[in-house]
Amino acid sequence: MTEQKKKAREPLFHIVKRAELPLFQAWGIRVLAVLAALILNALILMILTGQNPLAIYGSMFSGAFGTARRIWNLFQALAMLLMVSLAVTPAFKMRFWNIGAEGQVLVGGLATAAVMFYFGGKMPTWLLFVTMTAASVLAGIVWAVIPAVFRAKWKINETLFTLMMNYIAIQLVSFFINTWVTSGSGTLSPMSEYGFPKVGPSAYFLNIMIVLVFTVVMYIYLRFTKHGYEIAVVGESEKTAMYIGVNVKKVVVRTMVLSGALCGVAGLLLVGGTSHTISTSTAGGRGFTAIIVSWLAKFDPLYMILTAFLVVFLQAGSAQIVTDFRIDSAISDIVTAVILFFIIGCEFFINYRITRSERG
Amino acid sequence: MAKKILALVLAVLMTAVVFASCSGTNENQTTQAKPTGETAPATETKPAEGPNAVTLKNVKIGFIFLHDEQSTYDKNFIDAAKATQTALGLTDAQVLIKTGVPEGNECYEAAADLVDQGCNIVFADSFGHEDYMIKAAKEFPNVQFCHATGTKAHTENLSNFHNAFASIYEGRFLAGVAAGLKLNEMIEAGTIKAEEAKIGYVGAFPYAEVISGFTSFFLGARSICPSATMEVDFTNSWFDVDAEREMANKLMDRKCVLISQHADSMGAPGACELRGVPDVSYNGSTAATCPNTYIVSSKINWQPYFELIIKSVVEGKAIPADWSGTIATGSVQLTELGAKAPAGTQAKIDEIKAKLTSGSLKVFDTATFKVNGETLTTYKADVDTDPSYTPDTEAIADGYFHESEYRSAPYFDLTIDGITRLDKQ
Repeated sequence: MTEQKKKAREPLFHIVKRAELPLFQAWGIRVLAVLAALILNALILMILTGQNPLAIYGSMFSGAFGTARRIWNLFQALAMLLMVSLAVTPAFKMRFWNIGAEGQVLVGGLATAAVMFYFGGKMPTWLLFVTMTAASVLAGIVWAVIPAVFRAKWKINETLFTLMMNYIAIQLVSFFINTWVTSGSGTLSPMSEYGFPKVGPSAYFLNIMIVLVFTVVMYIYLRFTKHGYEIAVVGESEKTAMYIGVNVKKVVVRTMVLSGALCGVAGLLLVGGTSHTISTSTAGGRGFTAIIVSWLAKFDPLYMILTAFLVVFLQAGSAQIVTDFRIDSAISDIVTAVILFFIIGCEFFINYRITRSERG
Repeated sequence: MAKKILALVLAVLMTAVVFASCSGTNENQTTQAKPTGETAPATETKPAEGPNAVTLKNVKIGFIFLHDEQSTYDKNFIDAAKATQTALGLTDAQVLIKTGVPEGNECYEAAADLVDQGCNIVFADSFGHEDYMIKAAKEFPNVQFCHATGTKAHTENLSNFHNAFASIYEGRFLAGVAAGLKLNEMIEAGTIKAEEAKIGYVGAFPYAEVISGFTSFFLGARSICPSATMEVDFTNSWFDVDAEREMANKLMDRKCVLISQHADSMGAPGACELRGVPDVSYNGSTAATCPNTYIVSSKINWQPYFELIIKSVVEGKAIPADWSGTIATGSVQLTELGAKAPAGTQAKIDEIKAKLTSGSLKVFDTATFKVNGETLTTYKADVDTDPSYTPDTEAIADGYFHESEYRSAPYFDLTIDGITRLDKQ
């Protein structure tokens, strides 16, 4: 009698690993997750603001797509976030926790600004652009390769190391601005005459095209080259990689050189291609947001276009609802967080199945 | 058990359906009630051409703010924008507010977007916004661009780009008077000796705007408490809660007995409240969060300027290229005194304020301060901004430094005796 009762107390649900889901089913779950997030957000918004949630979503949509200018801005923001995401992807795919992209982008931007400041007007424009590019790439590499070497040679934890490098980068930017701007205001006026020229229909067209090219190249690199394969193997298991004869140290350092170089390019595009000046907030948190973008897309550069788009859409949309409804900007952060939470959470339901325990 | 869960799920679903249908009916009402630009922005890209076409009923002003209300600096502007809206009877659709706009190309985009929304006036609040506002001003000549704290309007010669500031050094001087009275109270009570009356000042950047502010504050304090000295250090950021808190703590560790700041977070006042050290805040009262240490705060009230620019556009008048508010225009204010302010503070402030307004007392009277032991008779200030920040204008005449007269943004950048700059040690 008592034994039977105990038996009935086994958990009501079981979590079971799924076999690979058919593509349409997996995407069905993702769409459902987004819908569920939108409904929960609608409830939150209604309770907290008393505003009509549909009007709020309309406002978000208008903030992202309302005018031609907003669409260009959206694609510019997408390109900049995607560029940093591309940069961190090979490192994370290798399970190298590079949370120093923020600093790598900043020093890339700082190097660009330094070249513009010291050599602008003193050399031919083409040479200036070449120097800006070389300097930014080099700076990004230096910032990334220092922690990589320490990790490869002495197993120094790269997470803390790359994080600390961010703060050094921020202080360096502060130091150089204080050196260059003798009035002490901490604001370096844009050196627009030395920025990249406007190509095509928008000032951002060039940036967007450059990032598009990098996206395709990174896709090919990760998927179809020996390097890409080595990164994947090292990421799955360093021991396996060593067993099949991959030089792990070499792959780690080489991949971080690539990661840093691409962060440097992101800095180049932000400074040389966009604002023509540098500040401690030039990277604007992209170094961290990029990690979410990259993971959400499972390190696939083409999917990253989609996940980066989602993030910049939410940012542009949130900013608009703050303006339209005069609500605290914290609420827009909540909206974004709920959507990201559901999207990340739904991967659980794609990988696992919940079944009801059968009764004995 | 299974049935219970099913029932629960159904209940949740039904609630969701009810909510969803509610929101469905609400939607029509709200869209009707809110005929703002974004439903048809493309048709509104052209702002009104003739000045006569703009009235108080259809004038539209857009605000660009660096941070949101978490920053005391931006909150001061946001409050003034909302007060102006109420005072002039404008609708939400006529007053567009963008917060969190960085000091980069995003500022230009925000300004251009506000023009797309049909704004006749675009205002930006942060120093680093200036170059991007000028860029927008050149592109949209029919729209007025106004910028607080900037330095370039008087030399840029654009008819639609304007700077504004206020003689906040007078407000700081008055706040300094309150601080001096508090120091005297501590000396009389025997808490500190006269020579221990050291003030700590948390500055943002070693820039004229900040230097002019802490110098006038110090001169106000020393006019009341002659033994007062001051130590200043800088966070190199306009808004950094952690850095400001830590700097206030550092100054208190260095035996500063009263703290003031020119930085935009609650970091320094909060640190003072924890340690019970009196604090003179900036941008607005901190009495609510710091009841035991708050003395007084000086602030710029931007409402007079906002009303001026809106009325100018409506009446078809030119906006001054470089406008400086004063105590008389209501632009420079002190907030209400805190509970810990000594008795008689209000009377003393009123007395000095009357002297400042009448002009019989000058904040930067050269008889009241020395630089490296010498009284100043001449000083070239950097008034016209150029890439190498060359001093260009004689600022001392008639026995005082003429602050905010040759341009609205402050340009007093001397370190006077009695003030120790920790960044230079």
